[in-house]
Amino acid sequence: MRVYGHKLPAMSSLLIWALLWEIVGRTGATFFIPPLSEVFVTLFKIIGTPAFLAALSETAQAFLAGVFFSIAIGIPVGILMGKSRLLDELLLPWVNIFVSAPLTALVPVLMVLFGFGMTSIVITTTLFGIWIIILNTRAGVRQINRSLVEMAISFGATPMDAFVKIYFWAALPEILGGVRIGVIRAVKGVIIGQLLISIVGFGALFELYATNFLMSHFWAVLIVLFALAFSISEFLAFLERKVAYYAAKR
Amino acid sequence: MSQTSQAFVDAHPSAQDNAVTVRGVSKNYGAVEALKNMSLEFPRGQLTSLLGPSGCGKTTLLKIIAGLLKADSGEIIVNGKAVTGPGPNRAFVFQDFALLPWASVLRNVAFGLELRGVAKSEREAKAEKYIKDVGLAGFEHSFPHELSGGMRQRVGLARALSVDAQVLLLDEPFSAVDEQTRRKFQEDLLALVANENKTFIFVTHSIEEAVYVSDQIAILLPRPSRVHEIIRPSNFRAKGIDNIRRDPEYLDIVDEIWASLRNYVE
Repeated sequence: MRVYGHKLPAMSSLLIWALLWEIVGRTGATFFIPPLSEVFVTLFKIIGTPAFLAALSETAQAFLAGVFFSIAIGIPVGILMGKSRLLDELLLPWVNIFVSAPLTALVPVLMVLFGFGMTSIVITTTLFGIWIIILNTRAGVRQINRSLVEMAISFGATPMDAFVKIYFWAALPEILGGVRIGVIRAVKGVIIGQLLISIVGFGALFELYATNFLMSHFWAVLIVLFALAFSISEFLAFLERKVAYYAAKR
Repeated sequence: MSQTSQAFVDAHPSAQDNAVTVRGVSKNYGAVEALKNMSLEFPRGQLTSLLGPSGCGKTTLLKIIAGLLKADSGEIIVNGKAVTGPGPNRAFVFQDFALLPWASVLRNVAFGLELRGVAKSEREAKAEKYIKDVGLAGFEHSFPHELSGGMRQRVGLARALSVDAQVLLLDEPFSAVDEQTRRKFQEDLLALVANENKTFIFVTHSIEEAVYVSDQIAILLPRPSRVHEIIRPSNFRAKGIDNIRRDPEYLDIVDEIWASLRNYVE
């Protein structure tokens, strides 16, 4: 955006919202919203503490494991569904149900099946992330130009060659789009897991701060989480732009 | 070239050296008969066109020869061996070029060799040679979307040449490029047939193009698909490429083919 001929950096509008937050906080209208400046002071105060770092590492481990499984299972399953009519017919209804289902309701079942530990949290995270990755990968594979596949086969490609050298790359723009949304959903999954299954990591911090009405602490942790999720999402959007040069020309 | 053509015209068919033989091939798509008991011979070192109206099964036949489609019955013999699938003795040039949009010209041209497990330095050296041969020197590191349609098909051609297959299968390779580029391609193709010792099978729907480039033209007719006629132009090719299009024999053959095809054009 330009104001009086000066180009504003991206997301300058956030400053306006930050100012509004500060003003509302200063009026003391509600304990729920402390001034933003106070939140940031708290943020820098807690960010180096052992409790915060422990929470960060616990959350990161569960999150990364969940994202890893979502991608490592989601992409091959999506490619296979896009290639095989039979698998597609078998799995698509389930994928469609799970992608739109209120997965939070499943968490108690997971607790019964997998216990109250890390396993259940990782599975919850995976369940939040995986479905959209499968759907996008499948969509990417289905729009592949048939003659690219024929070309590879005519030059002697094995099924594995076709998988790695054609299907994956041809579907990569859609796959990255799916991974980006899947990762954002996985952030939700890991926090919901940590709140519902076992009170650990950031979930534990949220619980602690909210029940003790430590609102500036609460907001500080939330801001950290938003910033992390946003950075990951932007990084994936950056990767998507790197393949955009051929996305429109397939 | 003309002397060999003449020799083939005179020779008894069984004495011919055929690179590819199609014997009694049938192919159905459900209830539709795409090919019915088709037999054809493709003399070595020559260019044979498959010409016919749409729906006559010419692309189907080409894909069966390539091993991309299975025939319901009959067999394809390439260099004395029956075809069971794609093989290194045949290379395909696609109507829509079929280039990898995420790969440079160099990698695209080398892709056939890459799939055959040729080492990177070796296949790139070979690819560079053929990129030069098709007139794309300097574009090695460009991407397909940066090239014109004609240049893209040159990449497709270089890829097919670089695997050094004895038989080149071309599926309407010039139909997606503009008229002037197409003419240049046709001239280049004649040079290619003369210089490379390869057998070309060329699918086209353009009568003029078929007569211009072919040593032998197989006219296919649809419903049910069959070989209607095989034409071997005899002597105008020796008079130089600039004179082909006004040679009386060229014009006669074009007219003759049109006369037999016109009833099948809806």
